[in-house]
Amino acid sequence: MSLFWITVIMLIGVIVPVVTERYGRNVNTLCTMIAPAISFAYVISLVPTVLAGNTVIETLEWIPAIGLTLSMRLDGLALMFALLILGIGLLIIFYARYYLSKDEAAGRFFAYLLLFMTAMLSIVIANNVLQLWMAWEVTSISSFLLISFWGSKSGSRKGARMALTVTGAGGLALLAGLLIIADIVGSYDLEVILTSGDLIREHAMYPIALILVLLGAFTKSAQFPFHFWLPHAMAAPTPVSAYLHSATMVKAGIFLLARFFPVLNGTDMWFLIVTVAGLATLVLGAYTALFKHDLKGLLAYSTVSHLGLIVLLLGLDTKLATVAALFHIMNHAVFKASLFMAAGIIDHETGTRDMRQLSGLWKFMPHTATLAMVAAAAMAGVPLFNGFLSKEMFFAESLNQDSLGFLSWMVPVLATLAGIFAVAYSLRFIHDVFFNGEATDLPKTPHEPPRFMKVPVEILIVLCIAVGIFPAFLVGDFLASASSAVLRSELPYYSLAIWHGVNMPLIMSIIAIVGGVVVYAARSHLFRFQAQFEEADAKLIFEAWVQGIVAVATRIDEGLSNGSLQRYVAALLTFAMVIMAVPLIDLSVSKAHLPEQPVSFVDTVAAIILCISALATVIFHRKRALALITLSVVGLIVSVAFARFSAPDLALTQLAVEVAAVILLILALYFLPKSTLTESSPSRVVRDIGIAAAIGGIVATINYAFMTQPLDTISDFYLANSKTGGGGTNAVNVILVDFRGLDTLGEILVLGVAALGIFKLLADIRLSMTSANEKGIPWSEDKHPPILVMISQSLLPLALLVSFYIFLRGHNMPGGGFIAGLITSIALIQQYIAHGVDWIKPRLTINYQTLIAWGVLIATFTGVGSWFFGRPFMTTWFDYFDIPFIGEIELASALIFDLGVYLTVVGATLLILANLGKLTSIHRPTAEE
Amino acid sequence: MESLYVVCVGIITACGVFLCLRGRTFSIVVGLTMLSYAVNLFLFSSGRLNMTGAAVLGLAEDYADPLPQALVLTAIVIGFAMIAFVVILAMRGRADLGNDLVDGREPPDTKKLIDITRGKK
Repeated sequence: MSLFWITVIMLIGVIVPVVTERYGRNVNTLCTMIAPAISFAYVISLVPTVLAGNTVIETLEWIPAIGLTLSMRLDGLALMFALLILGIGLLIIFYARYYLSKDEAAGRFFAYLLLFMTAMLSIVIANNVLQLWMAWEVTSISSFLLISFWGSKSGSRKGARMALTVTGAGGLALLAGLLIIADIVGSYDLEVILTSGDLIREHAMYPIALILVLLGAFTKSAQFPFHFWLPHAMAAPTPVSAYLHSATMVKAGIFLLARFFPVLNGTDMWFLIVTVAGLATLVLGAYTALFKHDLKGLLAYSTVSHLGLIVLLLGLDTKLATVAALFHIMNHAVFKASLFMAAGIIDHETGTRDMRQLSGLWKFMPHTATLAMVAAAAMAGVPLFNGFLSKEMFFAESLNQDSLGFLSWMVPVLATLAGIFAVAYSLRFIHDVFFNGEATDLPKTPHEPPRFMKVPVEILIVLCIAVGIFPAFLVGDFLASASSAVLRSELPYYSLAIWHGVNMPLIMSIIAIVGGVVVYAARSHLFRFQAQFEEADAKLIFEAWVQGIVAVATRIDEGLSNGSLQRYVAALLTFAMVIMAVPLIDLSVSKAHLPEQPVSFVDTVAAIILCISALATVIFHRKRALALITLSVVGLIVSVAFARFSAPDLALTQLAVEVAAVILLILALYFLPKSTLTESSPSRVVRDIGIAAAIGGIVATINYAFMTQPLDTISDFYLANSKTGGGGTNAVNVILVDFRGLDTLGEILVLGVAALGIFKLLADIRLSMTSANEKGIPWSEDKHPPILVMISQSLLPLALLVSFYIFLRGHNMPGGGFIAGLITSIALIQQYIAHGVDWIKPRLTINYQTLIAWGVLIATFTGVGSWFFGRPFMTTWFDYFDIPFIGEIELASALIFDLGVYLTVVGATLLILANLGKLTSIHRPTAEE
Repeated sequence: MESLYVVCVGIITACGVFLCLRGRTFSIVVGLTMLSYAVNLFLFSSGRLNMTGAAVLGLAEDYADPLPQALVLTAIVIGFAMIAFVVILAMRGRADLGNDLVDGREPPDTKKLIDITRGKK
């Protein structure tokens, strides 16, 4: 087994709940738990290796050429997180079985949950920063799906959107930060990055990278001022909240800080930003939590506060603070998950989470109450529970640090203050709900939940107590291993014991507990005080911001895009013009100037005809039929030019394409308005002439610049190997079917796709067809003149013979599949024109789509064929055979490839032209074909 | 010869660009066709102008560069497919929207026509 299997198994696990949903809730839940259970067991099996101080790293080359590898690592930090994610995850799945009601889509829920779990796991075991970031984004998206699970509620949708926006934006910042770090180090490999701390810290880009990474971490971990999304994510089903806000989602940010601790920590900037953000979040969260009437709201702000505490610890400049941070990550995950589950039970059994309604539940659910009390005590930091130990360490380190310079004294004071509020809100959670008088007008009569719903809570509570009493025995090794992975140096001395004697931290704890009780007792005064402030609803503010941004974006968009293609093309061309013109200013073409070749009289005449026709096309472009004729003159001269400049293949192709294109445009003209009215304003015309002239001038300049430079070509290779390697003497054709055969394959594919697209566009098109031209002269009655019919018919076999000849000789002389295909198409189109569709239809029963498909398939399989002979894709085979009476002939696999090209070209051209022609007849294409 | 060649390329380019900036679909199709001539000539000339040496082995002393020729050959065919696609798109646009304008003006009955077209399907 390997670490990669964790991701694979978990991804398979995502499908499982959807498939097994139909077999009932119990089967569904158990099947869902299989994948996490396997992964959990596998991670457990690696525990001895990792605790012995080893880091398991596995690498899989992906695209080594650009430094992309898939890589997994399991060190102490990853191990701790993986165990939390999988362990608590399993409990959550079990709990959700009882939480979700029968008619809810449990399969979908579990699928989202497992996707999220997979993403979280992938974050912690990633050994490549890009991989880490990918997984990070997947957590944002899957948490969006989870939070919006009850999508019919407006709050769920808004809360989910807010969480996605904030964490998604942070994710982008993180990507930028990671790229900068990878750029500094020159590797995406985490192991390399983690050992390059000094290099990164001394780099000029360090502050930017730090801020970007911190933005990612702070948004995810809901640090002030990005904390506002977390309470609104409480709209999620409670198992989701219990999972996202204890062991996972929000801990991803903390994980990131811990992961990059070795490279980013150690500068004043780190201490300042991280300490201040953590401190502000700690105090703000603790204070706000007390005033939340919603059970989950209280827990949400408490989570914010505890996250602040952990971030603060990571920001303090002592090694012990880091150890304390990691310890608190574990403890918080355990007690917070159990508290959320308890809140879920209360909600489930009473129908409300409002603490102003809830009271006196002790009588109805003493068992749940006891569990909640233990968890709340751990949250408050009462001795004998796990929360106490890490809080104690936190108090101790708040006294030992020097992170804020002369203002460092504020840290312990504010820490104690937050401690006081933590005790007060924990007390409120218990006293308001379970005691505080009799239960009155609850939506449901409360009672204990199903037996098994409490099991996950009980397991966590046992952990709370056990860790609280035997810390060193139970988690000492894990903590040491995680700490050394984060600190990457010798661990400081610390002792995980309950009793350290009477010292400052203990006194601070006592102050916190006593103060908390006092604050809680005086809560009515505080509530009255707090009621004076109007509570800002983050949701409204956020929505207003979103609306504002959308409004601004809409305005900009409307200003830029008015639907006018002319405007876009003009902008695009102007931009291209500037881009092309600027380098030309610095370019000196006088160096290495080649002498010009002589110009003959014929050349000059041809050039003049070309230019006059081109200009005439522009001048007469409103008289469309005339413009088409002058355009075809340009095309003809271009094909003559190809012939003149030693490119017979091009000349033939251009000629054939020219014929096909003119037929196409004439057909199209029938369906388009026959002439264009004068529409452009004079100033628009002047502007366009300016742009056109500038671009024409620039293109000509560039063309001249490179044409007068000595030729340094890679084509000598092709010329030298054309015969020996490709078996043909026509180098152009050998390049097409052999050397660059893959390109040609792509090109015929494009051709085929374009033809199919056109076919779809033509299906069910509704066009008005005129019966006369623009001057009102009706079309000729004589649709199929006999002379044309006769000549075309007798020309057909001749034309097919020519195209066959051109096809066969293509490998050695000008010709080939493209040209032969075009000639065949034109010959067939000629028949359509002469005889009409009605005559052709029963005589030519070829399905052009099938023809295209065959062409592409033949070309592809010719390429694939070379695999069977152990050669790379598209290796040509050829040999010479002596056939009696005919002589020696050459057979090459390239010929079969060219056949594919030929068929595709014929199919595509005819699919376009024949169907366009059919529009006027009853055989018009329909969407069903 | 080179000067004459680039003047022709420049003029065809300019004509193509100008036509692409018109407000009707047919002019744009013609402009694109013209531009693709210019582009093909431009690319082709990167192999320089050789008047005596078609790239067929054994027929000449000094061969023309076959690589730009091969690239331009496929470009011509693909260019045809592109022109065909654009012109059919223009037809479809006219059929569904009732006009061949691309200048951003919405004829008053466009919406009605779209509704009719969709409703009938």
